[in-house]
Amino acid sequence: MKKYEIAVKKTLTPEIGQISVYAPLVAAKAKAGQFIILRVDEEGERIPLTVSSTSPDGLVTVIYQKIGASTMALDELGQGDCLHDFVGPLGIPTAVENVGRVAVLGGGLGCAIALPVARALHQAGNQVDLIAGFKTKDIVILEEEMSSACTDLHVCTDDGTYGYHGFVTGKLEELIQSGVKYDRVFAIGPLLMMKFACKLTEKYDIPTTVSMNPIMIDGTGMCGCCRLTVGGEVKFACVDGPDFDGHKVDFDEVIARNATYKDFEAKAKEKHLCRLKGGAN
Amino acid sequence: MPNMQMQKTPMPEQAADVRNKNFKEVALGYTLEQAQNEARRCLNCKNKPCVSGCPVGIPIPGFIEKVAEGDLAAAYKLLSDANALPAISGRVCPQETQCEGKCVRGIKGEPVSIGRLERFVADWAAENGVTNVETAPKNGHKCAVIGSGPAGLTCAGELARMGYDVTVFEAFHTPGGVLSYGIPEFRLPKAIVKREVANLEKMGVDVELNMVIGKVLTITEIFEMGYEAVFIASGAGLPMFMKIPGESLVGVYSANEYLTRINLMKAYKEDAPTPILHNKKVAVVGGGNVAMDAARCAKRLGADVHIVYRRSEAELPARAEEVHHAKEEGIVFDLLTNPVSIEGDEHNNVQSVTCIRMELGEPDASGRRRPVPIQGSEFKMEVDAVIMALGTSPNPMSYDGTPGLEKTRKGCVAADEHGCTSCPNIFAGGDAATGAATVILAMGAGKNAARSMDTYIKSKQ
Ligand SMILES: Cc1cc2nc3c(=O)[nH]c(=O)nc-3n(C[C@H](O)[C@H](O)[C@H](O)COP(=O)(O)OP(=O)(O)OC[C@H]3O[C@@H](n4cnc5c(N)ncnc54)[C@H](O)[C@@H]3O)c2cc1C
Ligand SMILES: Cc1cc2nc3c(=O)[nH]c(=O)nc-3n(C[C@H](O)[C@H](O)[C@H](O)COP(=O)(O)OP(=O)(O)OC[C@H]3O[C@@H](n4cnc5c(N)ncnc54)[C@H](O)[C@@H]3O)c2cc1C
Ligand code: SF4
Ligand code: FES
Repeated sequence: MKKYEIAVKKTLTPEIGQISVYAPLVAAKAKAGQFIILRVDEEGERIPLTVSSTSPDGLVTVIYQKIGASTMALDELGQGDCLHDFVGPLGIPTAVENVGRVAVLGGGLGCAIALPVARALHQAGNQVDLIAGFKTKDIVILEEEMSSACTDLHVCTDDGTYGYHGFVTGKLEELIQSGVKYDRVFAIGPLLMMKFACKLTEKYDIPTTVSMNPIMIDGTGMCGCCRLTVGGEVKFACVDGPDFDGHKVDFDEVIARNATYKDFEAKAKEKHLCRLKGGAN
Repeated sequence: MPNMQMQKTPMPEQAADVRNKNFKEVALGYTLEQAQNEARRCLNCKNKPCVSGCPVGIPIPGFIEKVAEGDLAAAYKLLSDANALPAISGRVCPQETQCEGKCVRGIKGEPVSIGRLERFVADWAAENGVTNVETAPKNGHKCAVIGSGPAGLTCAGELARMGYDVTVFEAFHTPGGVLSYGIPEFRLPKAIVKREVANLEKMGVDVELNMVIGKVLTITEIFEMGYEAVFIASGAGLPMFMKIPGESLVGVYSANEYLTRINLMKAYKEDAPTPILHNKKVAVVGGGNVAMDAARCAKRLGADVHIVYRRSEAELPARAEEVHHAKEEGIVFDLLTNPVSIEGDEHNNVQSVTCIRMELGEPDASGRRRPVPIQGSEFKMEVDAVIMALGTSPNPMSYDGTPGLEKTRKGCVAADEHGCTSCPNIFAGGDAATGAATVILAMGAGKNAARSMDTYIKSKQ
């Protein structure tokens, strides 16, 4: 197999794809919570994606949401194509200890990132409630994988078309109120979801780990683009994280920083869509 | 008879009001005639003061004499035997404090423009496909280099010449270190860096990109793979911030981020996939080369640019030429000024920076007069971006945790002038060992370390 070759590609939903890339050195080292950075082509942007799983034959699996121009360009590659660059594993692995009973919250695509964390925590002997939230039934992903990676899987949908009707935070609060005592919560997903999950767990005084996803370039600590404020101190998510104590993170700052290029991103996406349409005609 | 003209032969450059809108190279290089005219200004001094100012020991009067004679192939051979990256150092070296600072012609006029001649010869060689890539027969020993900046590239080149199998491990997707991500295209075209790396590859050097040492492989694992000596040349890439309020607002950049987006990711190009903010008014904090580069980039992206520096003009650490070029391009210098906070609007976008005026007091540890704030002199500058160019420190990622490897108080690898560290098989040099310095010092360190590695490997046999 060639360097950075896409050995397997799957479409999980119309918006979410999964690829397994040949990168044996990365596969040998990557642990739950770490990420890679890839570039689709010679001019490409560096985009960080979390390692979803690895295999002994040198494959690294990542799951991506087609949210903008670069992830859409990534999705145009097929099995047998090669990525231009693939670097990792970056970041500090999630601290996996046996603490007793934990809840892992995944929101949408965040479930793909939550999955390896839940799996590792489960294997370490924790009783794991995996609470996975999606907008609607049609876009539920990885249900089978998730259910085998935890003690109890609770799927939630915002519109009530499947599982619990409501947000993951609603389900978590329900479980807490029903008497479950959590030793730790892991929240992984959109920034707003993590922010509200932390508000909730703060109320119940449950230590909470979040996985932050600020904009990054190098992923090695040299640009400072990924900085965020944690407990009043500046941290670089790519080297000090991406996991942080959720009760200390200044979420509003990250939310604003992540919108830095929204005009550019909207235009790039528009252009990309035009190009795709043009190509089809 | 030498040419007794007092001034350097001027080098053609793009006009300031044209170049401050494009990213093409500012200085255009000598013609053969101009180069020969300049070369004839050299007195061919017996004691060669200029050479003593050169960290890699280029035989300066020797190669200049060949230029005067028009024998450019011979000039290139002399130059490139001593200096693996002449097209680069000819463009970015602070010659005024090195070779040219010692030049006898500088006593009563301007020194010989050694840098421009160096550049001329290197460019001539490239244009004519002349290379200097002969190597000794392979000796069967393997060395590894961490980082592909000037220190790493030079060390790799020297080792390859001696017959070693050399692998360079680079974290980024492009080799070159600061030469690629930091120094802008208009000062150092990236095609030149590519060409120099291609020459090393012709010598058999293997450059492995996307290899973050410390993460994907540790130094210990590199030895287990059969490498006998490792050279750490991972630079000083960690950006510093001021720790003032507002530093994480949208529109505050480290110079590293700003320059990386522009130089490495080509964000200045119309349809580049990596974004950069196109600001109206930018404050660049700092007074070194990095600050000048960031300011000149911001200018080229259309901003009104102010350099904010806490000391006075005389203390500006940037090369004189860069300051001069920046001023010509319309960059405003707010000297004896220091930011105290950055303010944002309701969306967290930078709106202004509050600065305080400074005056110079007693000399500090560095011997320069310490800037002290003038109470009550705060004022607000309306800006939509602030770029922090305050210096950098070494990134310990590649070597942290290596058994027995000592670090300095500042986090550098502790290494002597030969590149030797506390581990007999580990060597270090360039910014990783000294903290942020210069291209030519990094190259000198790479060269010295290659010799030490050779000595070490031979001593084991
Ligand atoms: C540590 C980490 C792990 C991540 N893991 C995953 C994952 O497993 N799956 C997944 O789908 N996404 C993941 N992301 C987010 C992913 O990197 C972005 O969605 C992607 O870069 C968007 O690129 P785009 O051009 O398609 O979209 P754009 O339209 O350019 O951006 C969409 C949004 O993505 C964010 N973004 C843009 N550029 C970057 C960048 N260079 N780095 C980080 N975020 C950016 C911004 O918030 C932006 O508003 C992760 C991000 C980080 C930092
Ligand atoms: C914007 C700017 C302008 C400058 N202008 C000038 C100038 O005009 N003249 C001058 O003489 N000097 C200048 N300098 C300083 C000069 O560039 C540096 O002193 C010089 O590049 C140091 O060389 P180096 O090889 O030690 O490190 P670097 O050039 O920093 O290269 C280090 C390399 O190591 C890689 N690396 C780091 N960590 C790892 C890891 N864990 N695994 C693998 N690889 C790793 C990095 O990605 C990088 O490629 C400038 C610096 C900057 C930032
Ligand atoms: S000091 Fe100046 S004049 Fe003398 S040899 Fe060196 S370059 Fe020529
Ligand atoms: S991504 Fe550059 S420092 Fe974290």
